[in-house]
Amino acid sequence: MTIEVKNLVKKFGIFAALDGVDLKVDNGELVALLGPSGSGKTTLLRIIAGLDWPDSGEVSFNGEDALAQGARERHVGFVFQHYALFRHMTVFENVAFGLRVQPRAVRKDEAAIRARVKELLDLVQLDWLADRYPSQLSGGQRQRIALARALAIEPRILLLDEPFGALDAKVRKELRRWLRSLHHEINVTSIFVTHDQEEALEVANRVVVMDKGRIEQVGSPEDVYESPASAFVHGFIGESIELPVQVESGVIRLGDRPLALAADGLAPGASRLFVRRHDMLVGPSGSGAFEGAVRQVRNFGPVQRAEVALLGGETIEIDAPRDKELRAGDIVSLNPRRYRIFAG
Amino acid sequence: MGLTLSWLSVIILIPLAGLFLRSLELSPEQFWAILSSRRTLNALRVSFGLGFAAACVNLVMGSIIVWALVRYRFPGRRLFDAIVDVPFALPTAVAGVALTALFAEKGWLGAPLAALGIKVAFTPLGIFVAMIFIGIPFVVRTVQPVLQDLDPEIEEAAGSLGASRWQTVTRVILPSLAPALLTGLALAFARAVGEYGSVIFIAGNLPNVSEIAPLLIVIRLSEFRYADATAIAVIMLVVSFVIIFAVNRLQRWARSRIPKH
Amino acid sequence: MQIAEAVPLSPAAAKARAHAAAARDSLRTEPKAVRIVIITLAVLFLTVFVVLPLVVVFAQAVSRGVLAYLAALAEPEALAAIKLTLLVAAISVGLNLVFGLVAAWAIAKFEFTGKTFLITLIDLPFSVSPVISGLVFVLLFGAQGYFGGWLRDHDIQILFAVPGIALATTFVTFPFVARALIPLMQEQGTQEEEAAISLGASGLQTFFRVTLPNIKWGVLYGVLLCNARAMGEFGAVSVVSGHIRGETNTMPLLVEILYNEYQFVAAFAIASLLAMLALITLVAKTVLERHLDEGQDISDH
Repeated sequence: MTIEVKNLVKKFGIFAALDGVDLKVDNGELVALLGPSGSGKTTLLRIIAGLDWPDSGEVSFNGEDALAQGARERHVGFVFQHYALFRHMTVFENVAFGLRVQPRAVRKDEAAIRARVKELLDLVQLDWLADRYPSQLSGGQRQRIALARALAIEPRILLLDEPFGALDAKVRKELRRWLRSLHHEINVTSIFVTHDQEEALEVANRVVVMDKGRIEQVGSPEDVYESPASAFVHGFIGESIELPVQVESGVIRLGDRPLALAADGLAPGASRLFVRRHDMLVGPSGSGAFEGAVRQVRNFGPVQRAEVALLGGETIEIDAPRDKELRAGDIVSLNPRRYRIFAG
Repeated sequence: MGLTLSWLSVIILIPLAGLFLRSLELSPEQFWAILSSRRTLNALRVSFGLGFAAACVNLVMGSIIVWALVRYRFPGRRLFDAIVDVPFALPTAVAGVALTALFAEKGWLGAPLAALGIKVAFTPLGIFVAMIFIGIPFVVRTVQPVLQDLDPEIEEAAGSLGASRWQTVTRVILPSLAPALLTGLALAFARAVGEYGSVIFIAGNLPNVSEIAPLLIVIRLSEFRYADATAIAVIMLVVSFVIIFAVNRLQRWARSRIPKH
Repeated sequence: MQIAEAVPLSPAAAKARAHAAAARDSLRTEPKAVRIVIITLAVLFLTVFVVLPLVVVFAQAVSRGVLAYLAALAEPEALAAIKLTLLVAAISVGLNLVFGLVAAWAIAKFEFTGKTFLITLIDLPFSVSPVISGLVFVLLFGAQGYFGGWLRDHDIQILFAVPGIALATTFVTFPFVARALIPLMQEQGTQEEEAAISLGASGLQTFFRVTLPNIKWGVLYGVLLCNARAMGEFGAVSVVSGHIRGETNTMPLLVEILYNEYQFVAAFAIASLLAMLALITLVAKTVLERHLDEGQDISDH
């Protein structure tokens, strides 16, 4: 199932939750909607599900107008952030719900329903919990039951709203891997919403970065990480050093210090320079674009993190390999291996 | 602590213990003779039967009222919400005379009903009406907070799984409210069974027909037939105990199904 | 993309969309016709069973004019009943304030065996017929009661006198203060008290400076409901009072007597005072509930 969204606008009062969104999702993709809270990602998901309605714009499934159908007819599996399990029903009955409420003409018989629910519980590896109530399950188990329930109706599309948001860190990591392999197995076009970049980059085939009701960038995890299309994306994904610079007549300045960096094709005026922490290479004084004094060094994991006060007034944090010896008080030069400059 | 317990026992336990001690002075045969007399049986039947019927009306109408108050916006909603508590707050004797005046043959509602051939005041129907009146707040006030706190996502979940609105209401919402509904029913029933003030004015108090059990206790007392009064009271008390116990169990059951976040 | 925008919807597609948009609302609410029926039923039911009885009280009270109404209230019998009602309410509210505070304190702040039983016990007067509540005192203090002989020998009158009425009323209104306070105090926990004690406060100081200020709205709430019920209690008081005119008739009892004597204006005049008490109580209760909610919100954040 392909999903196509065109020029979607949704306002809540004067607040534009979606401000002209275009997106195409191909059959079998696993797409992440990534953005800070208030970026419109959940609104977009709910509109695709038919739980909310846009003020204007188009939503189509396989070229068919989806807005001509209510949520009931769309056959979209939706996994809610807090799972929304029916707490008076057993796990089994929760999963069976979508099958039991079908119109009599197409409803499966009891044996077929039982077989299907069993199959789904096997799929989410929780068949042994069939007779429990939701209140007796852990968060991760509830999450998986909610997913099984959504899959029971054989959805054309699977939508997940912050699927791991309410779980603790360890369970979250396990479930991420599991969701990816599950998607591989069932291969339903899927979209999930998250505010956690690691989650988006690790799980999705494609990442849609949103901010303030607009899509900032769509691309593979590698694309959005390595080639951020905007200052927002660079700042939001990965840890970045951000420096306010001035571009004039082919020269980039930090404060009053000109930087030995190419300024080809840059518009003149106030700009922002972004560098990944680990892309800032340390060299002997006088050999690079930036000069600075090391203030503090902390060693942990594979890197050492150093706080450097730059000439020109800014203080930044860089990640250097452990074999490079850095000490507080060293005067060093820094050379960005890769960098991006965005106007504004 | 010890002090608390002793105060409590002075105020509550001793009087009740007195009642049970009294009933123990009766031989089982005497006890049975009192209870199985036609007038006692009929009084108990009136109180319990009409009380249960009234509680059922309250269950249905209370659900409708809660639904309107919680889910819809209409002019006067807050006023009607406050008015639900009137039967709690209005002294029962006042409610009794007011309902009687309202449903008497020349009353505002009694007159049109009489024209239709329906007589309410001074018949069992009047008892039924008074019991409905005093039971309203019990169902509404137990169910209202539960419906208010019901997660809107479960309705969206049901809808996106293909359930019609009717299916969502009957299979998801009502079962979620079931413990509260049953609690409300039990409380309204307990209150209706024991009710005295608002009923005796409108009841007609005809023995075997429209005489409620609490009134029979009062009558036996005024005849100095303490044994009879005690026996009837003990039976009613035991039923009250059972109802409270059931309500407490219901509440515990409801709590156990609430997911802990 | 711009092209797609420019293509207008066909009438059929527009109709399908309007239909689907209506379906969106049906996810969480009902068709308009159903809504109207439900609201109408709710309003009609409450009007017939609650509003009209209330209105009837006042209408009957002034049915012979305001002068007759005022004259009925100025009758010595009426004044005596009002006085007695106020006295009885004051006694039982005072007693239950103390009982309720102590019981709620014990239940909310300490763990002990039999706690569930104690909570059930506190609720008991709510679910016992008021007539039975009166009866138990007759069985204790009546002429044939357990203490009847002793009381007669010492010339102490409890039944058919003010002490009996006050006792029965206290019994019936026992749960109000405790019930209002238990959840409040449980929610607040014991941390603040422990902090106060660790800072050197004595038990009483802790109670008056830490616990009481935290629960003052709850106390007021309990007292309000307790008072309303105490003034309006009929069944229990009816059994123990003896109906001595001008002496042991409270306002609700006087309503009954006057009504049975076909003195409707007088009966409804007294009833209207009690109805006003009920209405004032409800308004005050609404205001207090707002205070209690606010207090909770602050502690939540």
